[in-house]
Amino acid sequence: MKLNPSMHLLDLHLPEMKKIATRNAFGEALVEIGGKDKNVVALCSDVAGSVQFEAFAKKFPERFVQVGVAEQNLASVAAGLAYSGKVAFIGAFAMFSPGRNWEQVRTTICYANANVKMEGSHVGLDVGEDGATHQALEDIAITRCLPNMTVISPCDHQETRKAVYAAWKTPGPFYIRCTRNAVPSFTTQETPFEVGKMNVLAEGSDIAIISAGRCVCESLLAAEKLAEKGVSAAVANMHTISHPDAAALEKLARTCGLIITVEDHQIVGGLGSAVAETLSEIYPVRVARHGMRMKFGESGKGSEVLKKYGLDAEGIAKLVLEEMKR
Amino acid sequence: MKGTTELALMANTLRQDIIRMLLPAASGHTAGPLGMADVFSVLFFNEMKFDSKKPDWKERDRFVLSNGHICPVLYSAMARAGYFPVEELMTLRKLGSRLQGHPSMAKLPGIENSSGPLGEGLAIACGMALAARMNGEKHRVYCATSDGEHQEGSTWEAVMLASKYKLDNLVAVCDRNYIQIDGNTEEIMPLADMAEKYRAFGWHAITVDGHDIGALLHAFSEAKKTKSKPTMIIAITVPGKGVSFMEKDYKWHGKPPNAEEAARALAELEAERAKLEASKAEQAHTSKEAKA
Repeated sequence: MKLNPSMHLLDLHLPEMKKIATRNAFGEALVEIGGKDKNVVALCSDVAGSVQFEAFAKKFPERFVQVGVAEQNLASVAAGLAYSGKVAFIGAFAMFSPGRNWEQVRTTICYANANVKMEGSHVGLDVGEDGATHQALEDIAITRCLPNMTVISPCDHQETRKAVYAAWKTPGPFYIRCTRNAVPSFTTQETPFEVGKMNVLAEGSDIAIISAGRCVCESLLAAEKLAEKGVSAAVANMHTISHPDAAALEKLARTCGLIITVEDHQIVGGLGSAVAETLSEIYPVRVARHGMRMKFGESGKGSEVLKKYGLDAEGIAKLVLEEMKR
Repeated sequence: MKGTTELALMANTLRQDIIRMLLPAASGHTAGPLGMADVFSVLFFNEMKFDSKKPDWKERDRFVLSNGHICPVLYSAMARAGYFPVEELMTLRKLGSRLQGHPSMAKLPGIENSSGPLGEGLAIACGMALAARMNGEKHRVYCATSDGEHQEGSTWEAVMLASKYKLDNLVAVCDRNYIQIDGNTEEIMPLADMAEKYRAFGWHAITVDGHDIGALLHAFSEAKKTKSKPTMIIAITVPGKGVSFMEKDYKWHGKPPNAEEAARALAELEAERAKLEASKAEQAHTSKEAKA
């Protein structure tokens, strides 16, 4: 497998590769942006520490609103601030925002096309120990169906920073899903990032693995394993799930003829659905969706739970070989 | 700013508009808008500061309607205040109209928030009040709510926040009409003493007769003087107020009048208007005599 040089990725096996949770990256970018723009406000629902809004709260207390355990209020108060000209960042566990407050997100944020930027943290099986109640596996499905909403699932530290900056600079609602656990920081400042543009991280001709979020790195590692078995797998990062990059998807479909999508989310309504919907309209090829197969998760270390459900490099590689045999 | 009789006359105008616009709309809510006509008359023609020709004027007071289904009274007040032509009221709920079945801020300039889903307006108003404070702006935020939507837990999330942040630039009105779609509030899900509930949450609460213009004016002025806490005005209203066969009947919560009912309703409202005009003439006469 050969990494696409124009993507400026780090060697995946670099011993000094840092691992950072993307929720930390969100908080880091937020506090920087707070320093650049006095119009930026941040709101939290009793999880400022967990979603990494504490630095902002400490540095800009007059622009931080703590709403308590009240995600519905979180969304609508942020909307009111946005209607008054603020850029409102809200952070919570994805399970509760947009999980619990979906209708507020729809009516007060999306219908109004309000300048509210949502961080949904603690997504997917990656959450681990807290178990099924806290593992948001449906958040993409319920956000990407909303008009005006941009949904981004960044793959690591640098990409999350870029997504937060893009959200700040682009008017309208954003939903950025972040991991609780540390993931390898394999992209760099030079790695391109454009909302709605898919990045092809590794070229290949037998199959294209399309992924997003914390599964991107695992997909690259899977492609390495596949290369050892003589399979040439392309790997693409479709971070903007709400706006599938149709041209890039068609190109991959034409080259490889077979697609597999990989996500830490239910296979219904997420990245896999977005890819299948898009390709079925412009260039139908077989799209195999890999992710959570309409089940609830369970407790365990995040890495263990992901492995159990085949979302580690080994599981992805195994599935690719199975799909190629079909 | 208008005097109490003029405000009562305006409320009568709003009520007639409501009946007239609901007839061609052939769907929508009747009782709530009629019940809130006096409150809207006071808000739009005495209390709030705005420029209907410049809906985006930065220093305007913000008006957040939380229970969006009573929008006929809002549309009527806005038209009478000059936001758009009165004739446009007749487009309510029609395809292509700016007067959506529930208010849409994207469609109609002057609408501060899209609403309809209950239990959201107060939270939006809190956000606006917080923004005004952060910006050091002097305008006030007004929020109209219904009693029924206090069954939504989200309402209480906002009630707590307004109290925590001591939002004294926020004043809310609750249309306490004791009805909701399925029946009477106290049978469906009792709300009991709402003013006491608000006081327990740290608000200043005032209970008034929602049809007593003088009492409403006084309540809003008291709210303005109240510092370091938000104010809730519980306006006890008669749903369907002004139309005898609609008053206090929950069946009129969510249905429009037919042609015959509309004619009867308008006749009653005209009779009421004649009385108000007569009393206004009498007042003018008395004051002239007093001057002489």
